[in-house]
Amino acid sequence: MGNEDHTQGRRAMPGAPVVHLFFQAEASAVRRALETAMAVLRDLPLAADRVGAVEIVLAEVLNNVVEHAYAERGQGLVELEVLREATALSFRIGDDGREMPQGMVPPGAAHDLDVRDSDLPEGGFGWFLIHELTEDLVYRRLGPRNVLTFRIAIGGDPAGR
Amino acid sequence: MELSYEDTGELRVITVQEDRIDAAVAIQFKDRMRELTDTAPPRLLLDLSRVSFLDSSGLGAVVAAFKQAGPERRLELAGLTPTVEKVFKLTRMDSVFTIHAAVGDVTGLVANAS
Repeated sequence: MGNEDHTQGRRAMPGAPVVHLFFQAEASAVRRALETAMAVLRDLPLAADRVGAVEIVLAEVLNNVVEHAYAERGQGLVELEVLREATALSFRIGDDGREMPQGMVPPGAAHDLDVRDSDLPEGGFGWFLIHELTEDLVYRRLGPRNVLTFRIAIGGDPAGR
Repeated sequence: MELSYEDTGELRVITVQEDRIDAAVAIQFKDRMRELTDTAPPRLLLDLSRVSFLDSSGLGAVVAAFKQAGPERRLELAGLTPTVEKVFKLTRMDSVFTIHAAVGDVTGLVANAS
């Protein structure tokens, strides 16, 4: 049943596959996977501003998998798939770690920065950045598996700006 | 995590000699910054011109360094590359820090003033 859902999730994303990676949920493996994905995406080509947005979002999402989904186990496998659509890149990140709190995407509200310097926040920016930079952000728990999907618009002028 | 520094009178310029400040190095960055700020003159400038990427952990580490510097020392930033600038703008941290386009904008002023 988990497998059926998994394939359904994939069919729901039409587009040309450009990246499909499996890697260990460990800092240096994640960094290498991110480098590989970004090298492929830069070559599409993608506008510099969009490259930045994609790199920020992927880094945050993958860090969350390592630091939260697999935090207790200390290891696990991560799957990253990127499809190219007409005006967006479509992303799917899968892992077999712990379910997200309340089974939903964490809200990631903006911080109040109108505070004393000593009270400035040093964390909690990750989900805020993910929400700001993505569209159609959806989390699903499919049996033992976490699947996060989202899109990042790339516009109609890939060489642009 | 390589950070270098140079003192000019009342100013210490700390240059991040790395391409990324991310989750893998955020704690090292924070520790090294503490060493370099504890002994520093009153004004600190963090040169980020070689850093092409900073994630939320890296941002948190820069904020931590700013807080470590405390009220007696001021940590300012210079040379934000486009993706780093994007993170500061989106999180509105650009409103907390004094940000200069380039280190030269500050060291030039310091040289002229003395």
